[in-house]
Amino acid sequence: MTYRLEMRAMTKKYGDFIANDKVSFSLAAGEVHAIVGENGAGKTTLMRMLYGMEQPTSGDIVLNGKPVAFRGPQDAIGNGIGMVHQHFMLFGEFSVAENIVIGYEPQQAGFFRRHDAVQKVRELSEKFRIPIDPQAKVSNCSVGEQQRVEILKVLYQGADIIVLDEPTAVLTPLEVRDLLQTIRNLAESGKSVILITHKLQEVMEVADRITVLRGGKVTGTVAREQTNVDDLARLMVGRELQELSERVALEQGPLLQVENLSVREKQTLLDRVSFTVHHGEIVGIAGVSGNGQSELLQAVSGLRAAQEGTVRLGGKDVTNKSVATIREAGLAHIPEDRYMWGTAKLESVEENALMGYQRKPAFNRRGIVLRETFRQVVTGWVERFAIKTGSRQLQELAGNLSGGNLQKLIVARELGHETPFLIAAEPTRGVDIGAMEYIHQALIDKRNAGDGILLVSSELSEILALSDRILVMYKGRIAGELSRKEATEEKISVLMAGGSVHGSNQRAV
Amino acid sequence: MELLDWSLVSSTIRMVTPILLAALGGALCSRVGIFNVGLEGMVLAGAFSAIVGNHFTGNLFLAILIAAATSVLFALLFAYMTIKLKANEIVVGVAINFLALGLTTFALRAIFGVKGAFYDKDMAGLPKWDIPVIKDIPGVGEVFSGHSPLVYFAFLAAIALYVFFYKTVTGFRVLAVGSNPVAARSLGLKVTGLQVLAIVICGALCGLAGAQLSLGQVTMFSEGMTAGRGFIALVAMMMGQSHPIGILASSFLFGLMDALSIRLQGFSLPTQFTSMLPYLLTVAAMFFLKERMQAASNNQQSTR
Repeated sequence: MTYRLEMRAMTKKYGDFIANDKVSFSLAAGEVHAIVGENGAGKTTLMRMLYGMEQPTSGDIVLNGKPVAFRGPQDAIGNGIGMVHQHFMLFGEFSVAENIVIGYEPQQAGFFRRHDAVQKVRELSEKFRIPIDPQAKVSNCSVGEQQRVEILKVLYQGADIIVLDEPTAVLTPLEVRDLLQTIRNLAESGKSVILITHKLQEVMEVADRITVLRGGKVTGTVAREQTNVDDLARLMVGRELQELSERVALEQGPLLQVENLSVREKQTLLDRVSFTVHHGEIVGIAGVSGNGQSELLQAVSGLRAAQEGTVRLGGKDVTNKSVATIREAGLAHIPEDRYMWGTAKLESVEENALMGYQRKPAFNRRGIVLRETFRQVVTGWVERFAIKTGSRQLQELAGNLSGGNLQKLIVARELGHETPFLIAAEPTRGVDIGAMEYIHQALIDKRNAGDGILLVSSELSEILALSDRILVMYKGRIAGELSRKEATEEKISVLMAGGSVHGSNQRAV
Repeated sequence: MELLDWSLVSSTIRMVTPILLAALGGALCSRVGIFNVGLEGMVLAGAFSAIVGNHFTGNLFLAILIAAATSVLFALLFAYMTIKLKANEIVVGVAINFLALGLTTFALRAIFGVKGAFYDKDMAGLPKWDIPVIKDIPGVGEVFSGHSPLVYFAFLAAIALYVFFYKTVTGFRVLAVGSNPVAARSLGLKVTGLQVLAIVICGALCGLAGAQLSLGQVTMFSEGMTAGRGFIALVAMMMGQSHPIGILASSFLFGLMDALSIRLQGFSLPTQFTSMLPYLLTVAAMFFLKERMQAASNNQQSTR
């Protein structure tokens, strides 16, 4: 069998560090080949070499039987390789068609033929069954649609090999389903797809073959029919995954009481939401993003003013109090947007870790922060959560950490506060299986110690694995509540889409 | 003398020209993501060098070219500092303004040996072009005919810029660079080249604006004769959302205020009061612009 693309014994060294160690990889026409591995396993390095962004230390890239060397992304694009980055490269003010043709615009005597562009995009969209409105403005498109724009863009540029870098990280469950369908459609039309991810469920749905990387080496290339999620996880992590520890049954009093909480801003974003989180309980909030979850978290944590209702934490009224006051009353917060609320990108790892601890008596003597004492604490976190901080260790800028490692740092910091109540919004976004396992276990341990957790996640599997009770939000309201026993993925999905589930104790609001 | 008549419109059109030219230049810069505060200085440099060029060559066409070339030199300095040296564009812009003010004042003494202003009664100003047919229509002829070539050029430039932005491929890419430079670079667009090009054209337009000031309306140069028109152009640019046609409209508003302030002096209102008008309008415009500008900046954040 001749492959469309072969990468043979690719090795990339950065000084003494070997990012890729004799990695071989092949891709046939019409094949979906997934590359899975934990953060730092070398997936990104391999793709950067393919895309011409890095030069291999040794190894060959063979494209359609001919050895090639790419000096830059333009070279790769010219040879039919297209990459859809995790962070979209789009122009919000331009239309979908304009975003797709940019750089290769249909033109006549220097004049941009927009009508032709729309026409070509429409043809592409029909050919590959990727629905899109060519004339819509990109900033009005959903994240899923924007991703389709990116995919159409690489198709327009003539790509036969499409690299998708963590494409589902930013999508809602419904959009994920559409994307997987799109990937199948592409493969059926003869395109080859490289799917980089660490979500094994999706890999099992869509990939033909799977290559697993660990520590820069290939630990296995397997056909989908001959493997399963557990085997893949074992190849990825290099050991058996542990079961989450037992939940201790706890009957304890209320911790967080939210009553009739409303947030309005032109329209109503949060509509008279009431619920309680008890000690020793994890309450999960599910919902398609943009249905009021962010507003709820922000109103509870003091980042946004509520127009109506009360929030009580540990019996104390903290409605519309400052963040500092609420944290004082016993809140820790893993925020959903780690760059906006969670970190100062241009400051060091150490200073980011210090945030919130500077006033604690243990680390503060008469207004002077005790850096040395605190450094030991941070070093402990870095070891326990296996945070890869880069060459400058604690002095590395937080912005230089990969998303997963930054997330681990935030989780470590917020758990370290040992507050009775924790808001965990997307606590494992972007982290690998090993770290996810660790974070989940840490949350369960916290619960078993009698603390309360409000968990918001777009991953239903995470909600189902951790929550004692599940609230589903739809259009700013709580559309339904399910107990751990009765909750299933189907029931939650129905509620998320605005339907009703027979037997769930719905609230008449 | 009446407050409103045809000649007021005619003088508005004259007054609009330097503001319009500079604002179009500013819009080009703003569309590639550069906020050019140095318009004022570039216009002033153009005004002075137009007089110098006219004085030494006696050729108006050459004088205009020299004006444009001088302002382009200032623009290149601006481009070098902001793009190559990555200096803050506001700081560089302010520096350009003071540099132009100082240099022209100094050169006025060094070249012409006078202080304050230079005036030569033998020096020819820009010719007045009559448009055949139109000039014979009563009223309309008075308004649209008999202006300097630069006046007509300014209006054509606005239309040309509109066509450039919204109809040509290069214009489309210029807009892309301003809208998301990182994405533009990732597509292999020549971001730096397009930015420098925009700044250079902006310089040339500012030079022409200066030439219209010193040779079109009067035939003289006085220290700081731009009197903040570069900044007014900046406001006109923002008010017009960096859209050529929008700028045409907003520049007209400011030109009208300029013309009115002169007209009102005929009604024995104090000069100091009447010359306040354009600036009052600028302040008023800021109030109306506040929300839109906030919306624009929010938009930018979300695309990052």
